[in-house]
Amino acid sequence: MAATATVDLLARARGGDKRSIARLVSVVENDEPGAAEAMRALYPQTGRAQIVGITGPPGGGKSTLVNRLAGTYRERASRVAIVAVDPSSPFTGGAILGDRIRMRERFLDEGIFIRSMASRGHAGGLARATARVVNVLDALGTDVILVETVGVGQEEVDVIRVVDTVCLVTVPGLGDDIQAIKAGVLEIADVLVVNKADRPGADETARDLAQMLSLAKDRPWKTPIVRTSAQSGDGLPQLVDAIDKHRAWSRESGEYLERRRAAARSEVEALLQEALLRELAGRVGESRLAAAVARVAERSLDPYAAVEELLRG
Amino acid sequence: MKRPIRVVVAKAGLDGHDRGAKVVARALRDAGMEVIYTGVHQTPEQVVETALQEDADAIGLSLLSGAHNYIFPRVSELMKEKGLDDVLLFGGGIIPEADWPALSKVGVERVFPPGASLEEITTYVREAVPRKRGAAA
Repeated sequence: MAATATVDLLARARGGDKRSIARLVSVVENDEPGAAEAMRALYPQTGRAQIVGITGPPGGGKSTLVNRLAGTYRERASRVAIVAVDPSSPFTGGAILGDRIRMRERFLDEGIFIRSMASRGHAGGLARATARVVNVLDALGTDVILVETVGVGQEEVDVIRVVDTVCLVTVPGLGDDIQAIKAGVLEIADVLVVNKADRPGADETARDLAQMLSLAKDRPWKTPIVRTSAQSGDGLPQLVDAIDKHRAWSRESGEYLERRRAAARSEVEALLQEALLRELAGRVGESRLAAAVARVAERSLDPYAAVEELLRG
Repeated sequence: MKRPIRVVVAKAGLDGHDRGAKVVARALRDAGMEVIYTGVHQTPEQVVETALQEDADAIGLSLLSGAHNYIFPRVSELMKEKGLDDVLLFGGGIIPEADWPALSKVGVERVFPPGASLEEITTYVREAVPRKRGAAA
């Protein structure tokens, strides 16, 4: 994109034109020409939005909950955005992005902007560009940004580097599977949500979670457990209240700044890695890489030696 | 620069038969595209607003209810209103061939009747999207 085109696009997006905002999001998501220029212009205005992450195992009701939260936040905020990530196929690179199915009542709300993102091969529960997309929406004057991860298991914890408050959504009846989420993903939860709490087993699930939390007593923030039914809306005010309390605590305790610093570090590192990889790929070249790979495959070269050889140029 | 084709696949109007739309969504995904699937009972306003916010390259509408002579012109009109001139609009479902010319006049480039192969549809989208974008640029 030519420089003037980026300037025009920025101006229209700042004026609130949704089409331009959507284009700008694509520019950043795809790393199109103009992405660096747009980010340079927008970055100073970031850091104002309240950013809330919704994560948890597949089928827990994340999208339905996000839909409810967006409605609740809209009662007090003029501009709310949703960034919902779904997985890309590792084989074709394609994706079916279906989070919108649960958000239909928000489609025509002037104050809500919804963007679906494919993970595009990134493994941490978000797409590589999610942080950048959130930055764009933040800089353009969004008050609240809800970030929905792909359905996660144990290790997908990238969301903590993008949002201020992480809500981990689980449901009754996962049985021993709740064991599975306790490592990693449970550690990043600022608010625990037992969704579908109208179902049998909600008490047991809440109790299990409370027990696990009691093992981590030394943590300064006492993670609340909130029961919701995203379908009926029960528990939504309590959830919003818990998120607000965490936000207030986070700002006061310095946690907020610490996370922003960690987020900045991971963002710069990610970009640096991309840049280095691009540069290296250019230096190595596809034909030399293919030749080395062929030798490794037929066992005439070991992988370490291949890398050494390729880097030597 | 890698930019996957983004397609909104939607069912507009009152009919709830979404099997065809889902099969097409899956085929487009398998062809490497990012498919925004919004489910059944969409209004033309919802479809067009979704395409706008998602910066989609194409909208595929499935209709089996007989309302195509209302829904398609309305979607097309809204697309023009919102400046989505470079977005491809195509359709599928139970749409009599006699209606195709009129639909084509309001901007529905192509209609896929029952029996159209998935290959035909994915090939068409892959070929038509860059052409449409190029024509609008």
